[in-house]
Amino acid sequence: METLFFAIVSLVAIISAILVITCKNPINSALSLIMTFFCLATYYVMLDAPFMAAVQVMVYAGAIMVLIVFTIMLLNIRVNATQKHSHRILLGSIIGFFTLINTIVLLVKSQAAKPVGPFTGDMIRNIGHSELIGREMFTTFLLPFEITSILLLVAIVGSVILAKKNI
Amino acid sequence: MLGAYLPILLLVIVAVGFGLCSLVFSSLIGPKKISALKLSPYESGCEPVGTARERFSIKFYLIAMLFILFDIEAVFLYPWAILYKKLGVFGLVEMGLFIVILFVGYIYVWKKGALEWE
Repeated sequence: METLFFAIVSLVAIISAILVITCKNPINSALSLIMTFFCLATYYVMLDAPFMAAVQVMVYAGAIMVLIVFTIMLLNIRVNATQKHSHRILLGSIIGFFTLINTIVLLVKSQAAKPVGPFTGDMIRNIGHSELIGREMFTTFLLPFEITSILLLVAIVGSVILAKKNI
Repeated sequence: MLGAYLPILLLVIVAVGFGLCSLVFSSLIGPKKISALKLSPYESGCEPVGTARERFSIKFYLIAMLFILFDIEAVFLYPWAILYKKLGVFGLVEMGLFIVILFVGYIYVWKKGALEWE
């Protein structure tokens, strides 16, 4: 049952990912990208990571997509503006092919697909995924968490300086 | 384990099904008498004055950018809210520091007038 569900979600994810790069209209590509993000969120749910799924939907399918759509509107890309770049498609295919082979070799040879580290599946199910993330973030990784706020502050100041005409 | 997410799956199925059924049945059952006037775009009864693909102002982008940044701030609040009682004063202080640093950014944005629509 779960395998079947995984297969269906994967099919939708692959089809929408292909639509992202083949759609003529950039807005349609953006909509397909939203579908891909939702499929990825479903994967997170199936991996017992509901917090990651929520963040995926909120930040990526929500906020980042708003930015991408605004970028399309800002640049005013016409529907027929995209031209054929056959050599670029060939180059991208070659890079993608070798990345795929590399990933397969890595997954088969190493233990990358198996759970490692102190956090087991039972532990995540018993204590809760969000709570474990929070516990690590607010105790072990306290300094990186606080530095994140400075990073966000820099981004806020930077976006205002870039976008504002007369500061 | 995944049974807990069944209501969400049902919601998705109902939402997609409703959309698909509306499109399929209206194209199957509905009468199709196409004229140039019917196919022309309209909005609230106004005549279209140009293409919708005009260039947007950078102001929209600035607002979207600020939305993302404060959205990411809000994401950090969720695990903190779950652990609030366990972390106690320690958690309050560290989240307070986090919020204060971002509040400085908020005051900066406000004072620079980036939230105003000029």
